Amino acid sequence: MNTLPTAADAAPRSYLDAAHGLRSWLFTVDHKRIAVLYMLAVTFFFFVGGLAASLIRIELVTSEGDLLTADGYNRAFTLHGVIMVWFFLIPSIPSVFGNFLVPLMIGARDLAFPRLNLISWYLLMGGGLFTLLALVLGGVDTGWTFYTPLSTMFSNGHVVAVICGVFVAGFSSILTGINLIVSIHTLRAPGMTWFRLPLFVWSMYATSIILVLATPVLAITLVLVAAEHLFGIGVFDPRLGGDPLLFQHLFWFYSHPAVYIMILPAMGVVSELITASAHKRIFGYRFVAFSSIAIAIIGFMVWGHHMFVAGQSMYASMVFSLLSFLVSIPSAIKAYNWTATLYKSDLTVHAPFLFALTFVGLFIVGGVTGLFLALLAADLHAHDTYFVVAHFHYIMVGAAVAGYFGALHFWWPKITGRMYPELWGRIAAVMIFCGFNLTFFPQFLLGYLGMPRRYHSYPADFQFLHVMSSAGASILAVAYALPLFYLAWSLRYGQRAAVNPWGAAGLEWRTASPPPVHNFNSPVVVDFEAYDYAPEAARDRL
Amino acid sequence: MSGFVRLWPEQASHYAAQVDWLVIGFTGMMAMFVVPVFVFMWVFIFRYRRGHAAERDHRPSGSLKVELTWMVLPFIGALVLFVYSARLFFEARVPPADALEIQVTAKQWMWKFQHTGGQREINTLHVPAERPVKLTMISEDVIHSLFFPSLRVKQDVLPGRYTEMWFQAERPGTYDVYCAEYCGTDHAAMTARLEVLSPSDYQRWLEGADEGRSLAAQGEALFRQFGCSGCHGAASVTRAPPLEGLYGRSVALADGSRVVADDAYLRDSILLPQKQVVAGYAPVMPTYANVMDEEAVARLVAYLRSLADPRPEPATGPSEDNR
Ligand code: HEC
Ligand code: HEM
Ligand SMILES: [Cu+2]
Ligand SMILES: [Cu+2]
Repeated sequence: MNTLPTAADAAPRSYLDAAHGLRSWLFTVDHKRIAVLYMLAVTFFFFVGGLAASLIRIELVTSEGDLLTADGYNRAFTLHGVIMVWFFLIPSIPSVFGNFLVPLMIGARDLAFPRLNLISWYLLMGGGLFTLLALVLGGVDTGWTFYTPLSTMFSNGHVVAVICGVFVAGFSSILTGINLIVSIHTLRAPGMTWFRLPLFVWSMYATSIILVLATPVLAITLVLVAAEHLFGIGVFDPRLGGDPLLFQHLFWFYSHPAVYIMILPAMGVVSELITASAHKRIFGYRFVAFSSIAIAIIGFMVWGHHMFVAGQSMYASMVFSLLSFLVSIPSAIKAYNWTATLYKSDLTVHAPFLFALTFVGLFIVGGVTGLFLALLAADLHAHDTYFVVAHFHYIMVGAAVAGYFGALHFWWPKITGRMYPELWGRIAAVMIFCGFNLTFFPQFLLGYLGMPRRYHSYPADFQFLHVMSSAGASILAVAYALPLFYLAWSLRYGQRAAVNPWGAAGLEWRTASPPPVHNFNSPVVVDFEAYDYAPEAARDRL
Repeated sequence: MSGFVRLWPEQASHYAAQVDWLVIGFTGMMAMFVVPVFVFMWVFIFRYRRGHAAERDHRPSGSLKVELTWMVLPFIGALVLFVYSARLFFEARVPPADALEIQVTAKQWMWKFQHTGGQREINTLHVPAERPVKLTMISEDVIHSLFFPSLRVKQDVLPGRYTEMWFQAERPGTYDVYCAEYCGTDHAAMTARLEVLSPSDYQRWLEGADEGRSLAAQGEALFRQFGCSGCHGAASVTRAPPLEGLYGRSVALADGSRVVADDAYLRDSILLPQKQVVAGYAPVMPTYANVMDEEAVARLVAYLRSLADPRPEPATGPSEDNR
């Protein structure tokens, strides 16, 4: 094995110690500090969105609408969706871990445009806080999907304000995407060829392509909604001469690729966690790498699967259905390759690995149920029911958040220089898995039974399953809050982390924990492959 | 209902049973491709955990053959069910020609139904069993979606555009109906009841709910009331195309294109007359968008359709279906 000089002893101060005070954080251009800023931001938004989710689940314990008014309920799920999608999930892994890790993984000192990076954070915060204010003080009741003409002509909430917030945050996405793409193209260390890149970098690259190509479509669509709402310019409302389906086409043209913005980064994380836990090179590196790119490309061609019953042409639906089957192949490739990676591995089962397993389990259920929804005749029944709700929560919440937490635990020593308490990490991972399934599995049954989504009250027949779901949600809430406490605890009391506590390959594990301001103390030259683990297992482990 | 927890929806139609079989079959097929992942993961985790003695030499790091196998096999498997499902979908989307027709109008937050015989109901829909029923639907405001869980079908109801859906219920009974597309404040209250009646009960219901005039006859009254006959009548001075025999015919438009005069065309001619102007006529027809709701338009359309019949008189009897 080839070792780079790490020189942890003679090292200059770490990025955390380099400067102190609020100003040193708010005006930093260091990608690592910006990543920490993002981490604080998305954690905040995650718990705000979670609060709304709790309200929703409590309301649904009984079949009557008793806790909230109908409008209150509609506002709660709109707030939940908007905050979770645009201010937690989309920035979560790309902006936190993409920011922190990509330069380290490619052997660079920073991203290509450090100032742009800071601006992106401010855009997210500005858009986010403004949106939150609008959602809390005014309230919007359109759902995160803003379907027209409800949102343009019939909504009694602050649609335009929320749209402005999301619009601004969209630029944060676009700028982050550009920054990552340019960095990956131009800042790779000598010897770091494309096929030596860690798979996390590949997935960030694919994600960035989507961020840059899809987000502008959302921006334009939102501007059109605002124009119709404010000035009555007929784009979507047929009474003004608009087309009632145009909005859905535009929205899903963005939003289906956007769901891959939420999941591809988590897939990249899991590729890292599994190889590092297995101490073995990933099985089928190129297939896993290219499957990310394939997802990014095919993901742009399946938006119509959200519109099978919307009134689009029957033949278009058939094509979209077929393409949706196609887009699941690259995802399946990943799952199979992860499994194969464990073969003949030398596996340590620590918390990050448990999170990776949680990801794989929940992702498979979510992906397979996505295929049910892509199956035309099944979707005529399941569309807009709780089946869909369960499907996308399995992926975006179950899997993507497990990926986020997995990354948080795995790279926590690198980011903070401290180890998290291992036992608590495992407890959290297992609780999340159990709480999650109890919350969302009943929703598949509910949906197939015919329970429509976005219902404030419902027939009593459905109550049992709703109660199960809410019970699970209370476990899940505790499990998601748990890391907040023990990770905070570890900042002070955690064991100090070594340079490479996991025995993992990868450039980020060859510099100090936490890394110095310029990431590496000596110039990086890469003369080894990705996942450079011994091809034969060490004898003494037998 | 009390005492047990329902876990599978009722099947009110043959089609519903087919969808259930599709779903069960697909579950089985997916299990074949997914269960191995879970099994192997656990086996590997157990066998290759650190500290556990196992043979770890010759570690593979890829194989084209293996990759191709797990790409192609599941895809082919899924394709088989895709084809089956596409056929079912096709069936669900193409109504048979002899279906009983019902007009549906959705508005925040209620469902209104108009039968050919002139019967009208709100939030309840009576249909005969063992007979195809075709719904022609439109919304007065936002998008709604009419959802019959026990029939496994739904269809969005759009403003400004007719959509259709059909089904054939087999088992008489009362079934839940929901609005599936989020439509604002009282979306959750926008529910209805589907009453599937045996053919003889249905006949009795039709007679009991009789309004005295068929839908087409109601439309004829509107045709006079709104002054359509002033231009379109035989004795009018304004030059306007005759509407007898129009339905189902191909019409030449002023812009040179041709269009078949179906329900959507008739509706647009009344509400958006400038959209498609008939060749050879001046665009003088006024719009009725502000004075007429979709239900009235549906009645007028029913009347115009009855003019296509070879019989001169519009259908009047409730027992008469429209063909
Ligand atoms: C002021 C005279 C006038 C009145 C009143 C009027 N129309 Fe018309 N209508 C026309 C003219 C002229 C055309 C042909 C030009 C066009 O397509 O706009 C026409 C076209 C139509 C067409 C399309 C005919 C075709 O051959 O394709 C339909 C259907 C129609 N009218 C229905 C109605 C109905 C129903 C009403 C009453 C609600 C009505 N019209 C009232 C003048 C009138
Ligand atoms: C395996 C590939 C996938 C397939 C085949 C698939 C299929 C589908 C289909 C057909 C629908 C529409 C269902 C309906 O509305 O009736 C849907 C909805 C949805 N999916 Fe997926 N999906 C896949 C992966 C994902 C991923 C990776 C995510 C998120 C990270 C995701 C998130 C969503 C969301 C958010 C919705 C619903 C949006 C809404 O209506 O509010 N899906 N999916
Ligand atoms: Cu999609
Ligand atoms: Cu509704």
